[in-house]
Amino acid sequence: MKTVGLDVGSRSIERVVWDPATGSWSWAKVPTTFDPVGQCRKLLADVDGMPVTATGYGRKLVAGTFTHVRVETVTEIQAYAIGAHFLYPEARTVVDIGGQDTKVIALNEAGKVSRFEMNDRCAAGTGKFLEFMATALQVPLEEFGDFALGADKRVQITSMCTVFAESEATSLMARGEKAQNIAMGLHTAIAQRVLAMLNRVGIEKPVVFAGGVAHNRCMCRLLAEAVGDGFVVAENPDILGALGAALLAARTSSSLHRP
Amino acid sequence: MAGSYEAMWEKLNLDLEAHAGLLEVLGKFYGDIYLSQDKRLRGMEYLDFVLSEIHGLRIKELQEAKAQGRKVVGTFCVFVPEELVYAADAIQVGLCAGAEAGFDKAEKILPRNTCALIKSFVGFKLSRLCPFFESCDLIVGETTCDGKKKAYEIFADYAPVYVMEIPQMKHACDRDLWKAEVLRFKEAVEKLTGRTITAESLKKAVRLINDRRRVLQRLNRLRAAEPTPISGRDVLLVNQVSFYDDPARFTQKISELCDELEQKIARGEGVADGAQRVMLSGCPMAIPNWKLPYIIESSGAVVVGEESCVGTRNTRDLVDESPDTLDALLDALVDRYMRIDCACFTPNQERLDHIVAMARELKVKGVIHYGLSFCQPYGIESFKVEKALRQAGIPMLTIETDYSMEDVEQLKTRVEAFVEMIR
Repeated sequence: MKTVGLDVGSRSIERVVWDPATGSWSWAKVPTTFDPVGQCRKLLADVDGMPVTATGYGRKLVAGTFTHVRVETVTEIQAYAIGAHFLYPEARTVVDIGGQDTKVIALNEAGKVSRFEMNDRCAAGTGKFLEFMATALQVPLEEFGDFALGADKRVQITSMCTVFAESEATSLMARGEKAQNIAMGLHTAIAQRVLAMLNRVGIEKPVVFAGGVAHNRCMCRLLAEAVGDGFVVAENPDILGALGAALLAARTSSSLHRP
Repeated sequence: MAGSYEAMWEKLNLDLEAHAGLLEVLGKFYGDIYLSQDKRLRGMEYLDFVLSEIHGLRIKELQEAKAQGRKVVGTFCVFVPEELVYAADAIQVGLCAGAEAGFDKAEKILPRNTCALIKSFVGFKLSRLCPFFESCDLIVGETTCDGKKKAYEIFADYAPVYVMEIPQMKHACDRDLWKAEVLRFKEAVEKLTGRTITAESLKKAVRLINDRRRVLQRLNRLRAAEPTPISGRDVLLVNQVSFYDDPARFTQKISELCDELEQKIARGEGVADGAQRVMLSGCPMAIPNWKLPYIIESSGAVVVGEESCVGTRNTRDLVDESPDTLDALLDALVDRYMRIDCACFTPNQERLDHIVAMARELKVKGVIHYGLSFCQPYGIESFKVEKALRQAGIPMLTIETDYSMEDVEQLKTRVEAFVEMIR
């Protein structure tokens, strides 16, 4: 039986439909918007009878709302670990930078979570931070990484508080600093924050970089430079959570159906 | 409770309107977290009653005792030797400081980045929300951390404060300092009450407080059974209430609760089927700080031990009851309190050893370390705790939070992920 994984994040919702019979899957992605329930309803319209596992911030919302579907929940940490281990069986560390949090997950040889770190409640070091700063510099979010790669020198942004960093960026602009350089400074600040988390967990390689922010080429380059060999950016980095959830749904339902 | 106690609260100069609001929130919070539990012990009804009368009946008792000339001493720390207070026929109440109340007022006289516990006790006092504060003839502070130490200086403008110096190391000279502090406190209590502490009255008080510790030790032994016979938050509540209830009555009631627990264990009944056994360690959780235990117990885990001041740190060690002279009893008191393994000590290997031993005895799958934001002693020590536990093969999750509810969803994700990991 096919299974569904739904990753309801702060910025986007990903759906993966997994077919255990053929070992293939398909995925879809929609923005979260202000109506995540409506978005999920669309994504669940044609899943008739398939077991669903929801992850991400909205996991409980899905489980509580769609009572006609069998919905289990799992945390993003577990979902990303399962998804990463499936696609990259060698992976020993997963860095997931999403819309509102950043996680570093250590996996053992069997792909099981052995330790994890997650950012504190504030937006520092997350996709949200990049979004704020892209807006402040009037660059579309999708182009922000490439924009930062146009820097010709590195300026330092010391504050990791979104509000303070914005005023720091503003004062750099007032000093005539090139916007690209400021953008690079902001990216570097996040990379340093993530590295601190990586160091706490212990950088076992290979390190897989996933989550929406892994689309950002500047972030990829900065982390790759810091980690060195054994740093892999996931292909379709935002679907690992949904894939992990779908895989888990398959495991759970097969164990339930076992006589 | 409101109707019958309003006159008393007014006499205590509480802000009646704000106080009514606080009780309403507290009542709802208690209902959601406690009364919603299944298969609860009948004996917990006493705790429900005490909680429902938290600012009512107990305050009335204190006021009646005061009318008969007894004094009330408020404390914030397990270092204050309760035995001396009772030996002088005074009453000790642990002041809770576990809610986000009056923070706006507290922040006028304290830096914003002060821990929630300190802001809370200052906030409760400045916003006239706590009848316990208003019933105290003396409030005893202590130098366990820089935050408290400096806050008491400011607090002294608003309440009758007495501060005990707590040693920070455990050499012979530190014991000498602590003994001098215990004797100084004895004099202060004698002066406050006009009574002289004798060998007889101290011995009686030592027994009274030891009995309460013994019953809590018994509860801790029983709750460790498999399947888990009582929720962690119920045991936390028992520990919290132990700080302000009448000691003799509390011991009696908890003894009955333990009898009931024994029968439940004999029947093999548990409260949390399939839940992962975890232990809490770290900063004290004062009433009504139930946020993290509730999140943990709603995420597929059950708390089977609290390594905390509101937990085993307050109950593990007894005072030697055998001496017959006042001097020898005072020495026994000094020795017992010097065994406290608070994070204010350096080095503090005893605490690390206790945590690992406790985690093994309780057969927990993991430890959740709870630190209040801006609490340096516990925050910094958590790195050593994690290392010690890792070497023992026990996973630990570090949580840093405060009394606000804004991070509940993030905490849930962390705790759930930890439970998934240790399952």
